Amino acid sequence: MQDISLHILDIAENSIDAGATRIEIKIKEDLKNDRFILIIKDNGKGMEVGKKTKDPYFTCKTGKKFGLGIPFLAQAAEECNGRFSLSSEKGKGTTVVAEFQRSHIDLKPLGDMGATMTTLICGHPEIDYLFLYEKNGQSFSFDTKELKQELDGVPVNLPEVLKFIKEEINEGLRRIKG
Amino acid sequence: MPRLTVDDLKKIKEQYKSTLTLREGGYRAKITVHMGTCGIAAGARDVMDALLDEMAASDTKDVIVTTSGCAGLCSREPMATVEIINEAPVKYCYLDPEKIKKIFKEHVQGGKVVEEYALVVGSETSY
Repeated sequence: MQDISLHILDIAENSIDAGATRIEIKIKEDLKNDRFILIIKDNGKGMEVGKKTKDPYFTCKTGKKFGLGIPFLAQAAEECNGRFSLSSEKGKGTTVVAEFQRSHIDLKPLGDMGATMTTLICGHPEIDYLFLYEKNGQSFSFDTKELKQELDGVPVNLPEVLKFIKEEINEGLRRIKG
Repeated sequence: MPRLTVDDLKKIKEQYKSTLTLREGGYRAKITVHMGTCGIAAGARDVMDALLDEMAASDTKDVIVTTSGCAGLCSREPMATVEIINEAPVKYCYLDPEKIKKIFKEHVQGGKVVEEYALVVGSETSY
């Protein structure tokens, strides 16, 4: 994966497969402790957690023999003096946490978060997505649940609505990230 | 969170309602962009992005775009499947933003399969 936003898209696709109805994506840039923290939390069916989670030849999906999404993200974090963890409860959901050293030379750029969010929303508009970005006490958040209320019956996956969402997210991030 | 400005929202709602009667028959076509790990790593999100831009630019409202997981042909990603009502689905492979725009114009809007990018039609016949 070229950037963090593609890892996010990939992990969130797992949440969709797990039948989640809400997916929360949070990024925290902790300047004081030099950490870049990514949290992806869903309310899907959950999965078994064990030593094998990061094993590429482990998957919990039927009809598949391996899965590379989680090993890729875990590797990216570990290469940046960071760590990866996954917790899950059957029937409740799964939370993935990837921590990176913020100043690490190998830390990938964030990439196009607007495109990641519109791809998720367009693919599965029935799911609610929260995206939160925090840096230096400032934050930007985007929640499709709130947007859907404002849209008042207009589909959230309408091309012009998606275009608006992408611009809003990328503009919001430009303000915060500087 | 950032909000739609009142004007933006009003405009989108009015447009939506004015074309509602035209869309009562539902969607005419479905495009599925394969968004597994393999697809994403090969550039599927850029394909999706180009497709959404094209749809917004052409004001298309009778086509639905969705995503799916790995189709088992990782080496040919990015892939997409075009299904037009009453026609056999067509799978396209090795896509990029320019190719999907061409497929959208010629196949989805024009009704003619772009054979040079097609992998299979239905599930058996190959080009």
